[in-house]
Amino acid sequence: MRQSFLRQLTNLAAQDERVMLLTADLGYMAVEVFADRFPDRFLNVGVAEQNMVAVATGLAQDGFIPFVYSIVPFAVLRPYEFIRNGPVHHRLQVRIIGVGGGFEYGHNGFSHYGLEDLGVMRVLPGLTIVAPADREQTVNALSATWQLEGPVYYRLGKDETRIVPGLEGRFDRNRCVQIGSGSDLLVISIGAISTEAAIAVQRLTKEGVSVSLAIVSTFNDASADELGVLLARFPCVVTVEAHYINGGLGSWVAEVIAERKLPVRLTRCGVRQLAIGQTGSERYMNHLHGLSSEAIHDTAFAALSQATTPA
Amino acid sequence: MDQIAQQIRRIILEQSKRASVGHIGSALSVADILAVLYGRVLRVERADDHERDRFVLSKGHAALALYAALHLKGRLDERALGTFCADGTSLGVHPDTVLPGIDYSTGSLGHGLGVAAGYALAARKQSSVRQVFALLSDAECNEGSVWESIAFAAHHRLTNLVAIIDANGQQALGYTDEILSFSPLADRWRAFQWDAREVDGHDHEQLADAMSRPSVGGAPRVVIARTTFGKGVSFMERQVKWHYSPMSDTEYANALGEIGAGR
Repeated sequence: MRQSFLRQLTNLAAQDERVMLLTADLGYMAVEVFADRFPDRFLNVGVAEQNMVAVATGLAQDGFIPFVYSIVPFAVLRPYEFIRNGPVHHRLQVRIIGVGGGFEYGHNGFSHYGLEDLGVMRVLPGLTIVAPADREQTVNALSATWQLEGPVYYRLGKDETRIVPGLEGRFDRNRCVQIGSGSDLLVISIGAISTEAAIAVQRLTKEGVSVSLAIVSTFNDASADELGVLLARFPCVVTVEAHYINGGLGSWVAEVIAERKLPVRLTRCGVRQLAIGQTGSERYMNHLHGLSSEAIHDTAFAALSQATTPA
Repeated sequence: MDQIAQQIRRIILEQSKRASVGHIGSALSVADILAVLYGRVLRVERADDHERDRFVLSKGHAALALYAALHLKGRLDERALGTFCADGTSLGVHPDTVLPGIDYSTGSLGHGLGVAAGYALAARKQSSVRQVFALLSDAECNEGSVWESIAFAAHHRLTNLVAIIDANGQQALGYTDEILSFSPLADRWRAFQWDAREVDGHDHEQLADAMSRPSVGGAPRVVIARTTFGKGVSFMERQVKWHYSPMSDTEYANALGEIGAGR
């Protein structure tokens, strides 16, 4: 996903000389495509994320569109106040790229996991979050958002191979994408973990469950309204995010349900707490925290059974 | 004392008294620096001119001194100045870009130098001769992010960037050498490959000379301005209390008398 993103960013840079790419010394085998073609607009600032965002802020104020690149926690949490006081407060075209949501940096351990970013970025007014589900959607999402007026946060997965069947790269900033036409259960997913959610949904469908999948890629008022309309058609919904259980997609959906008084049962899949010192591959960690396709399937099946059982 | 600096001090006292707010000592500390910047150094004829010099007040809590300088420059009228710390004003304790003449909104220490480095880099990429100035406090150099920006500016040889340090030796709760010493400050900047010069931060000739001299050997420039916290009001000078404390009526009258404030 990040390679597709950077290839497309390189294409955009060819069209618009305001586009710059800054990295805090990360992106081996990813940033080269841009750096080789536009060495004058590529800058490795060193391992200094706060300064990277500050410099990008100054560049954006004076006419550039800087993209700053790092792994999710280093891109978001380390310089968070710089993002808040800089591009958010000043409404600037700074683009923050965070790579590796959830457990994508598996064996690297907790320091590299992206489990808070959606929550802390979602509360910043005027900042657009873009969390694509696969490489095809990534390219379209970048094309649709790189010129937006305010700041944008891109949460990118590392995987380039898996895709969400039926998504076909569709991206709309003001609505989620519905896949399938089932009506008893809606699985809502965000980001790269959507490939796992899609497998779970396929299996449920095979088992005769009337289920749809909705891919959320951004949070804003317009898409909340659209989501509200969609949610009103389902008795049961399950959210899936490679993120802590609070603050991200599941919380957003809960807000949409509560504020619109929708009669729908919500079950959230997300990370509740990390065990100290317990790490492993992405697949292992996802399964441990209920985010593998098998675990999502089981949670969704149980949620549907509960929802359809008369009280 | 220079006329502009004296008027900046008068406005600091008047407005902080009217609004009953503190940060008086910090603002008085930079009155001469701002008088020289706005009187003799910055090329900012129009606030919307892309080719104007840039200025970041990284120690945002001295914003009142900046409002005073902008007022004396004719950028901020009397009525607007009189809204300092009023409800709904754009003139808060810390500066905001919504006000013409303020390039960057600050308030959290350690942000301004990196943004200024971004301005300097942009100017270079746009082949512009505009200069970028950032005013920090010595205690602000406690922030690690400042040193990220120091290293960045030196590595990229940002010769169009000038940092000015209001080195008054104090911070919110005490004296810098007792809380977290960065002495010798100039040597630390030099160790990061900056061209550092120490001056008397209340001597206008020294300040103007240091801020205007060209960069040597491709290094960014830093002016360590040795200042006196609360400068000009004897009972405030070097007194920690005046970081936060507002003035009583008697203190206000005495302070005005000391700076010889006439219009």
